[in-house]
Amino acid sequence: MPEEKETLEPVFSALAEGIKRQVLVVQDYAKLSFESVANIFTPPHYWADTLEQMDIIGVGSLPIIVLTGFFIGGVMVLQTAAQFERFGETALTGDAVALALVRELGPAITALLVAGRNASGIASELGSMVVTEQVDAMRALGTDPIRKLMTPRVVATVLMLPLLTAVSDFVGLVGGFLVAYFTLRLGPVQFWTRAIQSLDFGDLVQGLSKPFIFAFIISTVACFMGLRVKGGTQGVGRATTSAVVVSSVILLVTDTFITRVLLWAFSK
Amino acid sequence: MTPVVPPGEPGEQYGQSVPGEPLISFKDIHIGFEEGDVLSGVSFDVWPGETKILLGEGGSGKTLLMKLAAGLLRPDSGNVTVMGQNIGEMPEKELLNFRRHIGFVFQEGALFDSMTVAENVSFRLDEEKVDESETETRVREALRFVEMEASLEKYPGELSGGMRRRVSIARALVDRPPLVFYDSPTAGLDPVTCQTIITLILRGRDSQGVTSLLATQRVQDAFGLAHFRFDEATGHIVREKADGERASRVSAVESDGIANTAIPPTKVLVLRNGKIYFEGPADELLRSSDVYLKEFLASAE
Repeated sequence: MPEEKETLEPVFSALAEGIKRQVLVVQDYAKLSFESVANIFTPPHYWADTLEQMDIIGVGSLPIIVLTGFFIGGVMVLQTAAQFERFGETALTGDAVALALVRELGPAITALLVAGRNASGIASELGSMVVTEQVDAMRALGTDPIRKLMTPRVVATVLMLPLLTAVSDFVGLVGGFLVAYFTLRLGPVQFWTRAIQSLDFGDLVQGLSKPFIFAFIISTVACFMGLRVKGGTQGVGRATTSAVVVSSVILLVTDTFITRVLLWAFSK
Repeated sequence: MTPVVPPGEPGEQYGQSVPGEPLISFKDIHIGFEEGDVLSGVSFDVWPGETKILLGEGGSGKTLLMKLAAGLLRPDSGNVTVMGQNIGEMPEKELLNFRRHIGFVFQEGALFDSMTVAENVSFRLDEEKVDESETETRVREALRFVEMEASLEKYPGELSGGMRRRVSIARALVDRPPLVFYDSPTAGLDPVTCQTIITLILRGRDSQGVTSLLATQRVQDAFGLAHFRFDEATGHIVREKADGERASRVSAVESDGIANTAIPPTKVLVLRNGKIYFEGPADELLRSSDVYLKEFLASAE
């Protein structure tokens, strides 16, 4: 049927064009990410910029991480206690909170918060620099913008997110304990003994290895979105939104796969 | 083409002109985007000491030509040779080294808005790890040149458009590059500030012997640069001699390939529909009977 073939041809070519464009985006992202990491091993290094970013990303995110971590721990206790009370096992809330926080909620929620706070900040900052030709000016002055702008942000996020996660886990447990103490009358010894004993080496590895991967995803996606901005201030807005949405989705999808691998590795 | 100075320290081979060769050479440049071709078959040379003014309507490809010469963009086809180096084929890493020997003044200044004026101007020197006291001296000197020494600690956001453009010129000239690109340095500025900017470019050209490529939509800029020069002895801007005399000296420069920095030649190049429509001295442009050029001059005044 030649006629049908003719009518479908533009559809196929448009589809092929769309797929090609997406593959090209992934290729550009991979190249940029690789370059940002490769820059760590060759001079010049921008240590001052890295420290500044560590301050912005790490110290800057601390209040929001502490606040949310505390209440998530508290809510966890309220939710699980209602179930455990039915079986008269309220003492198990310590186990539940510790396992859920350290293995999953701590890393995932901290990463999502950092994605919301810092991925948007990075993408909008770099995007604004692109549209005002500051990135071109940097290249014209003989400085590599990937080395000067992207590498410090990636290194800073990768170093800070595991620390923020550790803080979030601890504050979450404190929040959980306080809620358990005041609502369930659970003693500190009972709560903390169970919480600590329920965690083994595998849980800690799982909880502290994830943030490294999440941080890499957040920072590289944010820098990529920022550095490829087109279309003025509207483009900056779009890049900022995309940076948060794309990095959050990728990190949650990746989380599922890492969890499967780590559970298998530690034979859970 | 081989550089005059053999490669030694990284980047040492750049920043040198080749005797008998133009400093910049565009050969059959084609570049286009989704909307179609912007430049189609552009060829011209810029000789050492020369100031070439690119005139043309918005979107005619003036900025593109300068970005191509600085290696910020690559042509779809054709060759761009700058200081004996084929820019189109140079990897980005080498281009970064090469760019340390040129100055680029962007249309809106493109100052780093999170840095102070002093930090902006010292950016290149800091990258090259120049001694702190020497950096300070050179930054002050560059800012004094553009009469902005009092604004050392201010941020770009606190400056007017003209001041930002002046700081941008200081940033481009701080390392005394032999070649400077000015992308519409007077765009959107009031006539008095435009005059100040052109005076600074004249001073750069006549006191430092800078070769430059200047894009503008204002014909007044072209005539200002063609008809005036900075007299170092008196420190004033004086009217240049007859254009005919200058033109004969320019052709002498081109045939000898030797720069005459005492009287830098100035030529105008008008771009239209992706091609060079006119190339020659400013007065020839003024005298031209071509309908488009007449209309262009009338609309630009």
